[in-house]
Formats: sequence, structure tokens, C-alpha cells
Amino acid sequence: MSAVQAVTPFETIRTPDAASRPVKIHTVAVKVTYGQKEALHGVSIDIPEKAVTAFIGPSGCGKSTFLRCINRMNDTIAGARVEGTIKLDDQNIYDPDLDVVELRARVGMVFQKPNPFPKSIFDNVAYGPRIHGLARSKADLEEIVVTSLQKASLFNEVKDRLNEPGTGLSGGQQQRLCIARAIAVSPEVILMDEPCSALDPIATAKVEELIDELRANFTIVIVTHSMQQAARVSQRTAFFHLGHLIEEGPTDHVFTNPLEQRTQDYITGRFG
Amino acid sequence: MEHTVSAYDDDLKAIARMVTEIGGLAERAVGDAVEALTRLDTGLAQRVITGDKELDRLQREIEDKAILVIARRQPMASDLREIVGAMRIANDIERVGDLAKNIAKRVVAINGVFPHKQLITGVEHLCEIALQQLKKVLDAYASQDDQAANAVRLRDDEIDALYTSLFRELLTYMMEDPRNLTFCIHLLFCAKNIERIGDHATNIAESVHYVVTGRSYEDERPKADASIDSTVAGS
Repeated sequence: MSAVQAVTPFETIRTPDAASRPVKIHTVAVKVTYGQKEALHGVSIDIPEKAVTAFIGPSGCGKSTFLRCINRMNDTIAGARVEGTIKLDDQNIYDPDLDVVELRARVGMVFQKPNPFPKSIFDNVAYGPRIHGLARSKADLEEIVVTSLQKASLFNEVKDRLNEPGTGLSGGQQQRLCIARAIAVSPEVILMDEPCSALDPIATAKVEELIDELRANFTIVIVTHSMQQAARVSQRTAFFHLGHLIEEGPTDHVFTNPLEQRTQDYITGRFG
Repeated sequence: MEHTVSAYDDDLKAIARMVTEIGGLAERAVGDAVEALTRLDTGLAQRVITGDKELDRLQREIEDKAILVIARRQPMASDLREIVGAMRIANDIERVGDLAKNIAKRVVAINGVFPHKQLITGVEHLCEIALQQLKKVLDAYASQDDQAANAVRLRDDEIDALYTSLFRELLTYMMEDPRNLTFCIHLLFCAKNIERIGDHATNIAESVHYVVTGRSYEDERPKADASIDSTVAGS
């Protein structure tokens, strides 16, 4: 067995925010290996609380891999190994004593393709609170479902058909249903992996509007291929390339005056 | 490095080329206007006045093209700064053209002879420096040379100081003989227009600094226009 190929030490360029926010997720030297291949070469980043952090970078740069470390989704991939430290508040999420199911309730996820359960709209949202035992009564559960749908800006569109299947909604509505499902279990963090790439511009705008509202209460991390989307929705931006975190800083700064040449080349469309 | 989409590079190059072109036109307009003033050549002055339309047209064209690139390509980082810079610089140059036109209009209005030929040499000298400034800053833009642009910015107080001394001189002539008034006031306005051209050169230098570095000058630029404080009694 050959050793995992060595990667030269790498220094991320960092620009602090003008006003400092409390840190929600703190990671140090996170490495991910799939079998023999190291996909992520040591990522250290502080993700601020109640703000939107965008991960950008070309395909295969490691941004989704890193995102999936934050709620231990990589555990489900055979041969994947995660090293380094990831702390949610002050708790190490790779602590062997940690309950992964509880972690995923605290750190929700929304995927690229809307994936509602083949159940009614109501049950899609009620599913999480039910299995986590968050509702004491039927009325309680109903309230959670309604508020979650309202928070996801979907309630008015579906209030008359809560018993119809979630899969019958439009793509944009399905995605907002998945966001409602994610927030129904009152998570602290919401991870979004290209949540708008399968949506049309209007549906995208609605999800972006929603992200902007949600950041008042949640810490949001979004992976996106659309630079404009990252510029629109996020307060901090992190640029990944070839498994390294190249640069991270305030979004306004990264998109007008990035400090690293590779960041500059990528966001201006000069990657060869 | 070039953009993946090569038409994007073509767009940016076209805009930069148009800015250089309008800059050249403005330089010539200022030179011609002052030459028309020194020779009291109304024909040349008239040509400067008509020529300003071309500057206005080019400025609009640059703006249209820049807006189109923003709409079409959503420029980021250095590209965004380049486009914003081109729009700002074209605006400043268009104003320089207007100031040259104003000088030319005064030449037509004076329509006579100078009572004191030596008075014009001061204005000529002022114009020489302003033209140098304009030329240098346009070169700095073309070569994206932040240092050269900064040199232009720092030299503006020379123009301001010269303008102030010219102002005092003209004031003296006006007090000496009221028959000098009309002519001196025309000349004073011309000098003021040239001083303003210097200010636009400074603006352009600041835009170049922004385009190249992404930052703005935080310190105030040196100011030496003391003509505001000069009174008849004090001069």
C-alpha cells in the first residue's frame, strides 16, 4: 500500500470581517481521504453564526466534500476518512460519544435536487419533528408544520392542499418544502449544496429571498456554482481550489478586490 | 490571463480603446482651445466647439457599451473595477472637453485684441502643465501604472498655486485700469477652466488607482487654491 501523497503546506489568505461575529463552526486542518486519494488537504475556517457563508470553486475543488463533513455525511461513504477538528460551538462533532442523529438535527441539509419524501406535504415537514419527538401533541405538531412552512415562504401556496403529495409541487416549491423540512427540527445550522441549480430564475429568487430571511435565526453554509448567487446571498465567501481553501473573506471584498490571483482568475472567468 | 470566453476580452479591450480615443480627442481640444486663445483665432475656436460633439458621442458610446457588458457578463473583481473605472474616466474626459469648449467660446466672445500680451503667457503656462497632467494620467491609465497616476495627483497643487498667482495678477490689472475688466474676466474664466481640467486629471488618477489596486486614496489630496482667500485688499 502506497502512502497517501504528501501535500505541501498551504497558507489560506484570510480577510477578517469589519464587525466580528461569534463563531458557530470552527474547523482546524480538516483532511478528507477517499481510499488512497486525499480530496481535502487541511481546511481551517471559522464560520460565523447567523450569517450566510458561501463556498465557491470549480468542480472537484472539495467544497461539497467539506460541506458534508459538517454534519458527518461523509460517514456514509465507504472508504472516506476525515481527519482534523470540526467543532460546532465548543463540541467536537467527530467525538465518538456524539449522537450523529442528534447532530444532523442540529445541522440540517438541503440538496441540489429537491428530494421530498413520497408523502403528503404535511408529512414531509412533520417527519423530522415526529422521529425526534419534538411535538407533544397533534396540535403541537400542526403548529410546527405551519410555522416551518411559513418560515420557508411556502405556506400560502400550499395551505389548501397539505394532504397532497409533496412530489406534486413545482421544482421551486419542492425545494422550499425541503427547506421547511430542514427547519422543522429547529436546527442551528443549515447546509445547502447548490440549492438552486435545478431551479428557474424566479424560483431561485424566492429561495434566495428565503435564505436572506433565514440568516436572522440560522447559520447557513451554501455551496454554489453561481458566483452571482454567492455575491447576492452571502456575507462571507470561501474559495476552494484543488482541495485547498485558497481565500476567505467578506463577500463584498472577495468579489470586488480578491487578494489571491487564483480567486481573481476564477471569479472573473479566467480559469483555463 | 485571458477569459475563458474570448468575446469578453474583446469587449473590455474595445472599451479601453474607446477611453484612450476620447482621451486623445480631449487633449487635442484643450491644446487647440488655448492656441485659439493665444492667437485669438475664432476659426480654430469654432472647430473646438463643433468638435465637442464627438467627445459627447464617444462618452455615451463608452457608457452604453459598459452597461451592456455589466448586463451581459456580470463582471467581477478586476473586470468590474475596469468597467467602473472606464465609465468614470470617460465622464471626466467628457467634462474636460466641455471646459475646452468653454474656453473656445470665450475666444469667440473676446473677438478682439489683447490689451496686454504678456498676460496670456501665464494662462499658456498654466495650460501647458494641465495638458502634461492630462497626457500623463491618460498614459497611466493605458499602462495601468498606479505610481505614474499618483505622481499626477500629487502635482495638482502646482496648477492650483499657479492659478492663484494668475488670479492675483489679473486682479492687479483690473484695479489698474477698468478698461482691462472685460478682457481680464474672460481670461480669468479661461484660467479657471484650465484649473478645473487639472482637477479632472486628478479624478482620473484616482480612478486609475482604484482600477489597479481596488482601493481609494484615504488621505485628502493636497490643495493649494488660495484664490478663495484672496481679497482685493489682501492681494
